[in-house]
Amino acid sequence: MKSWLTTTDHKRIGLLYFFTAFAFFLIGGIEALVIRAQLAQPNGHLVTAETYNQLFTMHGTTMVFLALMPLSASFFNYIVPLQIGARDVAFPRLNAFSYWVFLLGGLFLNASWLVGPLFHAGTLNVAPDGGWFGYANLTERQFSPGPNIDFWLLGLQILGISSLAAGFNFIVTILNLRAPGMRMMRVPAFTWMTLVTQFLVITAFPVITVGLAFLMFDRFFGTHFYVHEAGATPILWQHLFWLFGHPEVYILILPAMGIVSDVLPTFARKPLFGYTVVVYSGVLIGFMGWGVWSHHMFSVGLGPIADSVFSATTMLIAVPTGVKIFNWIATLWGGDIRGTTALHFAVGFIAMFIIGGLSGVTHASPPADLQQTDTYYVVAHIHYVLFGGTIMGLFAGIYYWWPKMTGRLLSETLGKWHFWLQFIGMNLAFFPMHFIGLLGMPRRVYTYPPELGVADLNLLSTIGAFLIALSISVFLVNLLRTRTHGQRAGNDPWGGATLEWSIASPPPVYNFSVIPTVANRLPRWKTEHHEPMRDPPTTPPAPIHVPGGSWWPMLAALGLPILALAPLTRTLWLAFVGAAVLLAGIYLWAFEPFEA
Amino acid sequence: MSRYRWWSTPAALFLLGCGGPFPQSTLHPHSDFARATDVLFTGIFWWAAAVFVVVEALLLVALVRFRHREGRPAPKPTHGHTLMEIAWTLAPAAILVFVAVPTVRTIFATAGEAPADALKVDVIGHQWWWEFRYQELGLVTANELHVPLGRAVQLSITSADVIHSFWIPPLGGKRDAIPGHVTRIAFRPDRVGEYTGQCAEFCGASHANMRLRVVVDSDSAFGRWATVQLAGPAAPASGTAAERGKAVFARSACIGCHTIRGVSPGVIGPNLTHVGSRTTIASGLFPNDSAHLARWIADAPSLKPGSLMTRMQPPLTDADIAALVAYLQSLQ
Repeated sequence: MKSWLTTTDHKRIGLLYFFTAFAFFLIGGIEALVIRAQLAQPNGHLVTAETYNQLFTMHGTTMVFLALMPLSASFFNYIVPLQIGARDVAFPRLNAFSYWVFLLGGLFLNASWLVGPLFHAGTLNVAPDGGWFGYANLTERQFSPGPNIDFWLLGLQILGISSLAAGFNFIVTILNLRAPGMRMMRVPAFTWMTLVTQFLVITAFPVITVGLAFLMFDRFFGTHFYVHEAGATPILWQHLFWLFGHPEVYILILPAMGIVSDVLPTFARKPLFGYTVVVYSGVLIGFMGWGVWSHHMFSVGLGPIADSVFSATTMLIAVPTGVKIFNWIATLWGGDIRGTTALHFAVGFIAMFIIGGLSGVTHASPPADLQQTDTYYVVAHIHYVLFGGTIMGLFAGIYYWWPKMTGRLLSETLGKWHFWLQFIGMNLAFFPMHFIGLLGMPRRVYTYPPELGVADLNLLSTIGAFLIALSISVFLVNLLRTRTHGQRAGNDPWGGATLEWSIASPPPVYNFSVIPTVANRLPRWKTEHHEPMRDPPTTPPAPIHVPGGSWWPMLAALGLPILALAPLTRTLWLAFVGAAVLLAGIYLWAFEPFEA
Repeated sequence: MSRYRWWSTPAALFLLGCGGPFPQSTLHPHSDFARATDVLFTGIFWWAAAVFVVVEALLLVALVRFRHREGRPAPKPTHGHTLMEIAWTLAPAAILVFVAVPTVRTIFATAGEAPADALKVDVIGHQWWWEFRYQELGLVTANELHVPLGRAVQLSITSADVIHSFWIPPLGGKRDAIPGHVTRIAFRPDRVGEYTGQCAEFCGASHANMRLRVVVDSDSAFGRWATVQLAGPAAPASGTAAERGKAVFARSACIGCHTIRGVSPGVIGPNLTHVGSRTTIASGLFPNDSAHLARWIADAPSLKPGSLMTRMQPPLTDADIAALVAYLQSLQ
């Protein structure tokens, strides 16, 4: 127990990320099921309007910040150091700090479901209720007087610190800790996409931090950053949020693209087609992602010139995305494709992401978007990208790397059940939403009249959502069963080309008994140019020192939610306690003897 | 030309099987603006459909043709192909030109500038209802917008509180209602009828209940409607329930928020001068009948969560409510 609380081992932290993020994924999923149950028929009244608004806000916030990002982070943690031949990340204690901040931030946000009585709210739940993009000026104190939005903005501030710390950590790790000979163009695609993602994190999160700080000042100290009566404009929030929000979309999708780029070659027994192009198009997407934010704002009326420019940049970003898809198909072409569950999910990613990408092109056209934005058509789009894309990609990664992480293979039979149920479920849940939106149902409505004519489609969508829930249950059974019944994985159950497969599963605490020297992009494969590398010996030729754990990252992390409680409860002394805990944690951390 | 081009997209075709009618459909345009966006969407849709079929087919062929078989020789380790990379970079780029050009043309064609003789209406979003001000006619109404057939309409949209979005799908795409900003849409309706829409930007507890109606009248019907609206409020005959209702209205909190011309000056809630002429109450939520009016007056927040029209303290008696209902219904 103590060893898990104080761990600085990237592998253990990766597992902590995985289980925590998966728990939040289940919470976000339950929120979605309640939403779908409410909308199964017109004039539904399972939950009140207020609770419904909290549900969709928390579903979006949870899935983006507490499920998808940290699930990717679990692979960054576990796999990236193994792929580059490192013993750990560059700053192991900072890594632990990132995890604890994430956990505490997530608990802080979700505490809002239960603490209504403490705020004399008259309800149990005072969860955030402004939508996951929390548009000002609805989020100002005047229109949202309760603690709901306070939970949201303070929670996101806490989570931002976790993401930023991890971002710097992984950039330094990937740039500096690569094994000898692993030049940048020999880095596996997943690690490359991780690197691009982390650059997006460290550049995009400061933007939302500023936006949230303005909102915090408005709500707590009476400033007027988003108040038009004082000469400002609520549109500023939209620019700041989407300037963060669009890169955030790529923060969510690029890791999944990286996973797919590693999974496909392994199971097609063929190198990634156009590796260089796939890498550069990922970098290009990272850059271009900064120039498209106003396509979330076409209905704001920015004027025909701005609309045309943002329309053009948005359409352009489809080009590097399309290039990736063609390269993936070319990777499969001419291969010897083994239909493992991981491959199913990777191919599912491509097939579903295409739909999300194409509906994205219809949003890129502002006049068409005026009929689509803020309707269920957009809800369909975002779910084809983030569920059909990111979740499918993450499950490909789970089935692919779970044996590496635990030493046991997940059941392929249950895996296929999981895949097909999820595939059918997601299409039933999300495809009808295109029509629901085109027929005039806006998003974020807790009820709709039967006259709209969308009752049947909504029922279909609800059935799909429950099928997804069933598929996730199958996965959970698979996960539990594998603990005891899973087939032993050995070093390399798939015949992978990259370094993580050259060591035991799960790897020893020091990862590599001898740091490998890398001579090419596919070190463990035989190609026309080279023979496979020799895997490192099972036992290290010389003892390897492994640093011990530390309590101080967790202590420092604990200071942040205490700090956040101060404005939330309007208790000044808590601010001093929180600051003291944070500073004590950092101080003890900084002066901790190296050989603990 | 058919009334609507149901064949225009397979989506519409699919929906034929699902019945209808679809009063808020974007696929059944009834104005020049809505038609322009629909034509554009249809064009993009077909490009997208073509790309979808080609790419998914390639994927399926690859999966079937190159699936693992015993004895298949090890695949050739190809690493890439420069010409192919160039080809599949240029192909989508070329298709996007066919999307981008009509897009930009439509952006400028629908930029919200209407001809000089357009009927200009100011639209103001409130939590959670819509106010319409006809500057040229000097009249104010709420939640039901009347416009004449065949004349261009220009809406100048803003908000009194938070951000809303004005949307009547059959007549055209949405524009946000933003405090401190004025956004515009212009359209020329091409069929007499009643269209529904609703707020599309999340605006708080009753966002789902911020609905509206647009009535496209023939020229003469619009003239008659405007004449009625311009007249002063009907004076109830003495001794009627309506007269008692007027007295209740005048001594209750109603006057703080609602305008009835010559009776009260409130501006927070909808103008009630001709509330009896509207077909719905509570921003399109309920039919304008005695039962719903009575329930609404007695306890609006239970019908519309978060409604700023709170329960009156002390509560009105049933007799007072009945009188108020009679009065409001007399305001034709």
